[in-house]
Amino acid sequence: MAAPKSLGFDTLSLHAGQQPDPLYGARATPIYQTTSFVFKDTDHAAALFNMERAGHVYSRISNPTCSVLEERIAALEGGIGAIATASGQAALHLAIATLMGAESHIVASSALYGGSHNLLHYTLPRFGIATTFVNPRDVDAFRAAIRPNTRLLFGETLGNPGLDVLNVPRVAEVAHAAGLPLLVDATFTTPYLMQPFALGADLVYHSATKFLGGHGVAIGGVLVDSGKFDWEASGKFALLSEPYAGFHDMVFDEESTVAAFLLRARREGLRDFGACMSPTTAFNILQGVETLPLRMQRHVENTRAVVAFLAAHAAVDAVVYPELPNHPDHELAKKLLPKGCGAIFTFSVKGGRAAGRRFIDALRVFSHLANVGDAKSLVIHPASTTHFRMDEAALRAAGIGEGTIRLSVGLEAVDDLIEDLGRALYASQKA
Amino acid sequence: MKLSVLGRSTYVYTAGRRFEPRLPSIVFIHGGEQDHSTWALQCRYFAYHGRNVLVPDLPGHGRTAGPPLGTIADLAGWIGELLLAAGIESTALAGHSMGSLIALEFAARHPQRVTRLALLGASAPMPVAPPLLDAAKTNSHSALDMINVWSHGNRAQIGGNTAPGIWMLGMNMRLMERQAPNVLYADFNACNSYAPAAAAIGKVKCPVLMVAGSRDQMTPLRATQALQELLPHAQTIVLEGAGHALMAEQPDAVLDALIAFL
Repeated sequence: MAAPKSLGFDTLSLHAGQQPDPLYGARATPIYQTTSFVFKDTDHAAALFNMERAGHVYSRISNPTCSVLEERIAALEGGIGAIATASGQAALHLAIATLMGAESHIVASSALYGGSHNLLHYTLPRFGIATTFVNPRDVDAFRAAIRPNTRLLFGETLGNPGLDVLNVPRVAEVAHAAGLPLLVDATFTTPYLMQPFALGADLVYHSATKFLGGHGVAIGGVLVDSGKFDWEASGKFALLSEPYAGFHDMVFDEESTVAAFLLRARREGLRDFGACMSPTTAFNILQGVETLPLRMQRHVENTRAVVAFLAAHAAVDAVVYPELPNHPDHELAKKLLPKGCGAIFTFSVKGGRAAGRRFIDALRVFSHLANVGDAKSLVIHPASTTHFRMDEAALRAAGIGEGTIRLSVGLEAVDDLIEDLGRALYASQKA
Repeated sequence: MKLSVLGRSTYVYTAGRRFEPRLPSIVFIHGGEQDHSTWALQCRYFAYHGRNVLVPDLPGHGRTAGPPLGTIADLAGWIGELLLAAGIESTALAGHSMGSLIALEFAARHPQRVTRLALLGASAPMPVAPPLLDAAKTNSHSALDMINVWSHGNRAQIGGNTAPGIWMLGMNMRLMERQAPNVLYADFNACNSYAPAAAAIGKVKCPVLMVAGSRDQMTPLRATQALQELLPHAQTIVLEGAGHALMAEQPDAVLDALIAFL
């Protein structure tokens, strides 16, 4: 008997979560741009409100267009389901707010996106949630930082700005030994380059604004649950395993053995915090997801060529990319990211802050802006933009040099990108 | 709620409602390598519409202590003990897949105690394909892979779930992975070796509903129809396009059929 075959990644990227529209046969996912959905009768209405039936009531809680995106990303990640959110930041907040309240604690990688660092370091302490930051390359540091009130371990698949490769299997082991889940931000890798659930992570989120969309037209996030973490067995998550007065004393992990987290995140998190995704945004991001495998292949191909060019250039001090043998995580990257290490990396222009500015100003194809993961190539000079208030010592502490440039390599003809970079490097060295 | 059934700690989902002796009851019985949550989109409705709902995790499954019981006869006997522990004299029964065999066997043994019988994804006998049985015997993950593909119709392989944001194949896989080793093999053995005599099935006198998926590869429609010939008073509803995972694939159609029948 032939072994049964599941649909492949590329097929799921195009189809998962969507049946042709039953009324008109529309092949594309319709944009259900509506706030609310008409009940068939009063019994149907009551049944939907009380979770006696599944379906859509109000688009803050769920929407058919958003649901297609949620299913599709869950399928690509190998998860059980997902929740689309207003942004990647909203996805991170939803994950944290579903798992813990005041007097809780998080152990997080110190190599985080600035927005995530702001939330954990400055904002959440005001709500009683503390975070200990540890070097993501030091797995023992994660273990040592765990306290009795720790509820989550958190890192990025590829850290910022040093592209630290998170050792997901080992950090997950540390988390699970302590009865805790591991959440990873997989924005830089997408499910095409890494599927963190297969490596041991329990929860994943994306800024869908980046590679998932790819076009740079919509802000959004997606929070995905692996369904693997046993909240009851952990004994640390009363929010999921004890009656919730806010929904008829529902015990989420009895209601759904594997989807308790998603249930609470939707029924409480979206209901009360309200950071939902709009249906039009979900549609826009779905257009990107359809071509995710093709785009990621090209992103990686172009990045490898650009990295090779820069690494050999006389005006370049250092290129930080895990596929290079001198990167501290080179061996780990080969193991965890065999398809490539993404399209975002940093390098340093000789000549410091002034040279960096001249380099940026001379670029013609690369767009100078504060984003990554677009189909178009992007560049930013942290020392003169996002980190311009820092002096040289403070920059160094953040892992950023005065001449550090961050590139997000797009899908343009790679010789055009190399020519653009070559011209700008030449300009950077003219005093 | 937790009950002690023959000294075994047993979890029974009741949709958060207290048992009311004056109300009629429905017992929902899950299939192999599953637990109570497989009925989530059907049983809750009845708990809020005048019924006691009891959805046990079978021995060795979910939160009920093991080991699993190895025969349908033993499982049907265990349901009797469960009803005793809960204080229920007569009840409606709904079973899916292996659960349908347990419900059928109980109704054949105790026709006076079963008011109505709903059999979903049912056939008797219920043979298990040898490669699947072999893979289950060694606790190979390939058994779960086979089940996940064969249990869902073509539409379900793509998704488009009624439950917002839930990837059906992922949910089913994780629920199966949660069950302890050897549970699947015990369940499959129980199904594979169940061979009720036509005369025994003929003892079922209560109204019977059979719900079948037109694309079911685990208990194909023709096998369900063969069982119906032994239950001539049964009505059968065929859900077009559905595979074996009926309650997840077409939750509203299944619930509507149960509301009309139960």
